[in-house]
Amino acid sequence: MSVFFAKRVTALVITLMLTTVVIFLVLEILPGDPASLMLGISAEADTLAALRTELGLDRPVLVRYSSWVLDLLQGNLGTSLTYDVPVSELIVERIAISLPLALMAIILSTVIAIPMGIIAASNHNRPLDFFVMSFSQLGIAIPNFWFALLLIILFSIVLRWVPAGGFAGWDAGVGPALRSLILPTIALALPQAAILARVTRSSLLDVLKEDFIRTAHAKGVSQRRALWSHALRNALIPVVTIMGLQFSFLLAGAIIIENVFYLPGLGRLIFQAVAQRDLIVVKNLVLILAATVILINFVVDVLYALIDPRLRGGENG
Amino acid sequence: MAKRFSEIFRHGLKNRSFVIGGLITLLFFLIALLSYIWTPHAVEDLSIVNKLRLPDSTYWLGTDHFGRDIFSMLIVGARNSVIVAFVAIGIGAGIGVPLGLTAAARKGWVDEVIMRFNDFTFAFPAIISAIMITAILGPGAINSIIAIGIFNIPVFARVSRGAALSIWKRDFILAARSAGKGSFKISLEHVLPNIFSMLIVQTTIQFALGILAEAGLSYLGLGTQPPAPSWGKMLNEAQTMLYLAPQLAIYPGVAIALTVLGLNLFGDGLRDVLDPKLRRNR
Amino acid sequence: MTLLKIENLTVSINTAQGPIDIIKQIDFQMETGEKLGIVGESGCGKSITALAIMSLLPERSVISGNITLNGENLLALSPAQMCKVRGNQIGMIFQEPMTALNPVKTIGNQIAESLHLHLGLRKKEVQDRVCQLMENVGLPRQRFPLGLYPHQLSGGQRQRVMIAMAIACEPDLLIADEPTTALDVTVQEQILDLILELADRSGMGLIIISHDLGVIAQTTEKILVMYTGNMFETGPTTEVFKHMAHPYTQGLFSAIPKTGISTRSDRTRLYTIPGQVPEIHIKFKGCSFADRCSRVLAECRSQVPPTVDLGNHHQAWCFNPLERT
Repeated sequence: MSVFFAKRVTALVITLMLTTVVIFLVLEILPGDPASLMLGISAEADTLAALRTELGLDRPVLVRYSSWVLDLLQGNLGTSLTYDVPVSELIVERIAISLPLALMAIILSTVIAIPMGIIAASNHNRPLDFFVMSFSQLGIAIPNFWFALLLIILFSIVLRWVPAGGFAGWDAGVGPALRSLILPTIALALPQAAILARVTRSSLLDVLKEDFIRTAHAKGVSQRRALWSHALRNALIPVVTIMGLQFSFLLAGAIIIENVFYLPGLGRLIFQAVAQRDLIVVKNLVLILAATVILINFVVDVLYALIDPRLRGGENG
Repeated sequence: MAKRFSEIFRHGLKNRSFVIGGLITLLFFLIALLSYIWTPHAVEDLSIVNKLRLPDSTYWLGTDHFGRDIFSMLIVGARNSVIVAFVAIGIGAGIGVPLGLTAAARKGWVDEVIMRFNDFTFAFPAIISAIMITAILGPGAINSIIAIGIFNIPVFARVSRGAALSIWKRDFILAARSAGKGSFKISLEHVLPNIFSMLIVQTTIQFALGILAEAGLSYLGLGTQPPAPSWGKMLNEAQTMLYLAPQLAIYPGVAIALTVLGLNLFGDGLRDVLDPKLRRNR
Repeated sequence: MTLLKIENLTVSINTAQGPIDIIKQIDFQMETGEKLGIVGESGCGKSITALAIMSLLPERSVISGNITLNGENLLALSPAQMCKVRGNQIGMIFQEPMTALNPVKTIGNQIAESLHLHLGLRKKEVQDRVCQLMENVGLPRQRFPLGLYPHQLSGGQRQRVMIAMAIACEPDLLIADEPTTALDVTVQEQILDLILELADRSGMGLIIISHDLGVIAQTTEKILVMYTGNMFETGPTTEVFKHMAHPYTQGLFSAIPKTGISTRSDRTRLYTIPGQVPEIHIKFKGCSFADRCSRVLAECRSQVPPTVDLGNHHQAWCFNPLERT
């Protein structure tokens, strides 16, 4: 087990390092002169020079890179050009919206999808199965931002139950704050749920065909019990993996959804930063987001090993 | 070769997903092609006087808030989606498949490196890449093509590697190796033709995903720029008119959903036809 | 007392090309504590017979006839009632020990399951029983704690666990479908001996299914030879081996490689029955073995072979059985 863990951690570190290198290359080296990019063509020469000095652009590449990484490790993510506040502050502010949104979306999609997948598998080739599969197909095909617009039309414009956008702020109270997050959560959860339901169903059907299920039946285990007690845990293993891997898609979805609903979260921040050409924010935020995805994938890998005893590196008798 | 096609076609006609998906996909491509020759109205025609008309004989789906014909915009948007998704697949497959084949052929540290590279690229969904590229290059259709293409690479690499690995285990490969054939030639002449059907299926999936990604990017303003119409941009503009004219949000969304659905169904049906041995849970 | 009675059992499967008969009207019976062997080549329907008894046939199967266990008609039972029979009155072990156990459950858990299901014992009792069973199948507690997972055991050890699972509730009948085929030769003997010992000790009936005549000869008192879903010969094992009546049975026997060949002149080609087992969907008017039989007669192809009674409970289904020597 410890060998497995060590290998995984090494891979993690390498991937993270690689990520920093690529981001650095793309966002600092590739544009040639980040300063003029940020300030625009019409900027004056002195302003440009001042910015260059402030950003340390005159130093050699390797020094710039390593000082960036060192700063990162100390939690210093630079200062935003547009807002003149530390990037880390911005992130903390915005995460108060993005994190609850992401968590709620994950919970919602899991709560919908896994039972649906189980229902479909236990009613294989019967109407319920067909219904679940159709839902899944639709859920995958519908762009989540369009779904969001449809939700807004129905629930904000026609029914007026929830606001059409914006965030009331946590200070306004948990109730109003959550109300602003309901539609975004649903919109974000939909494509995830669709994929998850399909994967759950498929995985369960595969497991139900295995030999050990037949053995269970031979012991007198009923169909129902075989599914819940024997098949499910085996079937959930690949499902959990998929859930983890879906995180990067969740991230992409969150960026779009936050923009649809004008939620001041990380997604909106990065988008605004690009529009404002605030390369410092973009650079560091992209890194944070990418690192999160990589970390989550790592966690999923480890979880996988925990659930499946075969991967724990047990002895062979 | 032609015989194989007709065989696949015949089997396909018996498969519901193949037929329905295939028809929708065909329709989509035809419409996209058609837009090059003819559109009911020119999409650049702004006519404020005619804004927000409901569907009638002149404007089949009505007009938007600038008086542009929605139907014409939709079909030109289709063309746009096709091009973006298509080139992105070209990039993804063009780089990804050789990578995957190499990883499967060489194994050892080459395989490890390619797999790490894959993992790492997976951390960058098209949006993030698009954001990075836009940050330095400014927005544009090329950016979305590159961004989506970059994300396609690890997908194709992983699929071709996986499929290639199982082909490498087969006896006829062993025979070729004993005869002294190098792994490059084997990959090209033996492995590639055998994984071809899997790649085709994956292409339809990535095509669908590409259309969704393109729509998302142009919705955000990161992809295709005005005045070129794109489905995503139409939805973005529709959002500003949501209270006044909610119908503007319906059409582009239906177009996207229908096309993606068609492609997915077609891909599913194709997979069933090409690899019935897979015996998936349909 | 008759333990198991099979009458006119037919199993067919619905395929896209129409229904195909896998088993065609077979009859046999077993007394309490008897050891029956069902032998035949792959695809002859022997495993399907076992699954039919257990009511574990694949979904598109149609079954007709009678299967009576201790006087009770199994085919008339509801699925819930049949669940109470399986693992309780009938136990079954399968061919592939490597895949037949749940990889994420401990062996203790898997053995205990039937005890929980059928006997409603208290936790401590179940624990004791499981330990006892493990001892009985040759897996002592010290070396094999109940918390082990299947992947930590070898093939032979997993098969022992399967046996423990199958006999946990002391069934009246144990069905073993090719129990040793997937195991190393050295382990095969041990497993067979174990099964026999357990059967003798508890007085349960035993059905051993195998394509290996050697296994059958060692373990059974009665034998049933099957081919393409038909019965070809049945009778006491020693009787059938000494006085084979059906040409097919003789073919099977002759195909066993003979050991002890020393001089060059002794070496002959390995005998095989000419031809191949016919495909499952082919329907025969007469005997399905006709095309491969060395003793074929005209009527073999056009009429169903008659039952030939050879005395001493020995029967064959043939127009031209071998002469009794």
